[in-house]
Amino acid sequence: METKEYTRIGEKLWHTRLDNGLHIYVDVKPDFSKSFAFFATSYGGMDMRFQLNGAWHDTPSGVAHFLEHKMFDTKDGNALQDLAANGASPNAFTSTDITGYYFESTEKFEENLKILLSFVSVPWFTPESVAKEQGIIGQEIRMVEDDPQNQVFYGMLEALYAHNPVRVSIAGTVESIAGITADTLYDCHAAFYNPGNMVLCVCGDVDPERVADIAREILPGEGITDIPRDYGEAEAEEAFRPETVQSMAVSTPIFQLGWKADPAPRGEEHLRRQFLGELACEAVFGTSTPLYARLYGQGLVNQSFSYGYEAYPQCAMLTVGGESRDPRAVRQAIADEVERIGREGLDQALFDRIKKGVYGGRVRALNSFEHICVGLAQSHFAGEELFRFPEVFEAIGKADVEDVVRRWMTPARTGLSIVFPKEEQA
Amino acid sequence: MTQVTQRDLMPGVRLTAVQTHKFKSNQLSVTLLAPLAAETASANALLPYVLRRGTRAHPDLESLSAALDELYGGSIEPAVRKKGEAQCLGFVASFLDDAYAPEGAGILEGAARLLGDLLLRPVTEDGGFRKEYVEGERSNLVDRIQAQVNEKRSYSLLRLTQEMCAGEPYGVDRLGDEESAAAVTAEGLWARYQTLLAQAPVELYYCGSADADRVAAALTAALDSLPRAEELDEPDHGVQDNATQDQPRLVTEAMDVTQGKLALGFRTGGACVWEDDYPALLVFNALYGGTPTSKLFLNVREKLSLCYFASSSLEKFKGIMVVSSGIEFRNYEKAKAEILAQLDNCRAGAFEDWELEGARRAVVSALRSTMDAQGRLEDYWLGQAVAGLAEPPQDLVDRVEAVTRAQVTAVAQKMELDTIYFLKGKED
Repeated sequence: METKEYTRIGEKLWHTRLDNGLHIYVDVKPDFSKSFAFFATSYGGMDMRFQLNGAWHDTPSGVAHFLEHKMFDTKDGNALQDLAANGASPNAFTSTDITGYYFESTEKFEENLKILLSFVSVPWFTPESVAKEQGIIGQEIRMVEDDPQNQVFYGMLEALYAHNPVRVSIAGTVESIAGITADTLYDCHAAFYNPGNMVLCVCGDVDPERVADIAREILPGEGITDIPRDYGEAEAEEAFRPETVQSMAVSTPIFQLGWKADPAPRGEEHLRRQFLGELACEAVFGTSTPLYARLYGQGLVNQSFSYGYEAYPQCAMLTVGGESRDPRAVRQAIADEVERIGREGLDQALFDRIKKGVYGGRVRALNSFEHICVGLAQSHFAGEELFRFPEVFEAIGKADVEDVVRRWMTPARTGLSIVFPKEEQA
Repeated sequence: MTQVTQRDLMPGVRLTAVQTHKFKSNQLSVTLLAPLAAETASANALLPYVLRRGTRAHPDLESLSAALDELYGGSIEPAVRKKGEAQCLGFVASFLDDAYAPEGAGILEGAARLLGDLLLRPVTEDGGFRKEYVEGERSNLVDRIQAQVNEKRSYSLLRLTQEMCAGEPYGVDRLGDEESAAAVTAEGLWARYQTLLAQAPVELYYCGSADADRVAAALTAALDSLPRAEELDEPDHGVQDNATQDQPRLVTEAMDVTQGKLALGFRTGGACVWEDDYPALLVFNALYGGTPTSKLFLNVREKLSLCYFASSSLEKFKGIMVVSSGIEFRNYEKAKAEILAQLDNCRAGAFEDWELEGARRAVVSALRSTMDAQGRLEDYWLGQAVAGLAEPPQDLVDRVEAVTRAQVTAVAQKMELDTIYFLKGKED
């Protein structure tokens, strides 16, 4: 075990690796009454084809998310109830590459941690409970299909990617989840929910040694550290197609514009790419750029404008989205600005400013325990050291950002997704 | 240690300062309070957005963003909130604490100055707001009101409130309505602005490492030109105790959706933030539909699979509880019956001890963690200010700990169903 101090951001992080392969991170926060625990597996919507005990398994879309719902069932009842009865707020999420279970509580932390580690590591599925969940998740899928924000994002992924499973809906479809059985769930649990493929991150006024003792007591003694997965062949650099269009019950068109960035390698470069991506967005169309001011002034974008960089296995992207009466004009304006920056370079004063701004935003985000714990888990799976971000960030120069703007934000790498209002809708 | 102080900086201008070293950032907000009314709601809601477009020193967005970047990525966001029948308009700012800025000192003073500029020294033309900014933000506001229909769960609650409280100020949305938003002119908005500056009670809030004297000095300097009228226009609070009719009203709408939304609005029989039974109301709501172990969640969702979500929430300043659920259209009767049956169980005291304790723990935990979250703490204290209350979260925790089973049953018995709103599909 080791404790590291990061004085520039006022954080102190305790870390250990148990014999079963589980990594534990504890960020000790003495002044807070709440504690947060996050137990996550490197397994998400895109992990549909994997190898276990030498054999390849192909699973339908939506299993990781389905499993997340079913994990709360225990032989004696439901873990949500047990946690909530202690006043804890438990929840879980499934993303493209991570499934995480967590609780926040202001009392009985150790008891809650035992419940968390136990229900996530001990599966309990029956044909009846799987069938019932198919009804509940079917409703959730319908709700997601009614959500324009979700639809416009998947529209962009389908424009950018030809076959990388990042483009497949995390929740699956009503049809795909109909093919899930209790055995599918047991197989996926055996592969991905073993301590060697997981991480435990805790934030709060807690004793790290006690956290490790509880993990040793509850979790299995052995784990598998390497589960090979198959995401298909490497994608082309270019977007699969330039545009996807849908129509839904919305009042103004909404859009999501994406650029296919180079896939990020593991390690510190992964963290550096994250900053390069964020700074590229800030520099081209961020809220302190002349372009944003112009688009906003022309009524082409409004307050709903948001952007960022996302990296998953074998793919990474820059995205920007919001509401616009003319999404194609937004794409053109951004393409023109990218071309100008490619020619003239970035303004030094603008670059210095956005760098200050992005740094402050990063530090401020450390107020959130959830942000810290989820960030520590993501960084762990990507082989990064999260709290070294001030050093990594400092080393990035203007030319580095100009370079990714030139290489990643080309017209050929661009995919635009639009959801137009349906005709009959006002 | 956390220390909370309240003081008046000038007539009708109050500062609530929370001093703590827990956070990496400081939070600062300035809020004007106005009575919620259909005639003024849209203009009031528009104001912070127009002001946010430019000050005399930073006349456009680019220049404002640059000023915020210099404060290490500080943010100042327009905020339009509804607390009971008070409309709360202003700005919430968040910025890095001096301790974590590589070249840090005086970020608080810089942020206070910018906030004061935004409120008091807007960029002007012809003695009023810049027309381009008013027109642009008016169009954004109209878009925002139109976009309310996009998110069906919140839309169903908005429609429920409009129908249930038609004729009461509370029926007015925080953004007003589309028609009056579209009708706001630059001249009209300028007049509204002058009225608000003179007559609206102003709530200032700070949370961070600085002591209250430093905060008061920074804000007093930033707001020194604020005009103050003799008489302030204080918002009232109208709590309607009982359902407005003998029979609950049913309002049904059809839209192109695949999942139905069923919303039920209850009057709480006068139980609200000012009354002694408020802690019992909090526990009852958690027990009935406020948590993942509540009766609605466990029965309507988990046991009967009637819906994807079913939950209840309170409007503590108005004495209203709403139940919100997403269901298949054909399950309307079944879901409604089950939602009401679970309320009857609460009224009859048909709940286990673990349910009661779980509900209590959830309320206590939410209050305690409010003290650990800057954004929620700001919203808590603004609510207290609007209500004219000064009780900190910790004292309310003590009262919640003392709530008895009989008090929960008693408050449950006061609930009266007023209005039902059902959003269904077109091809039903």
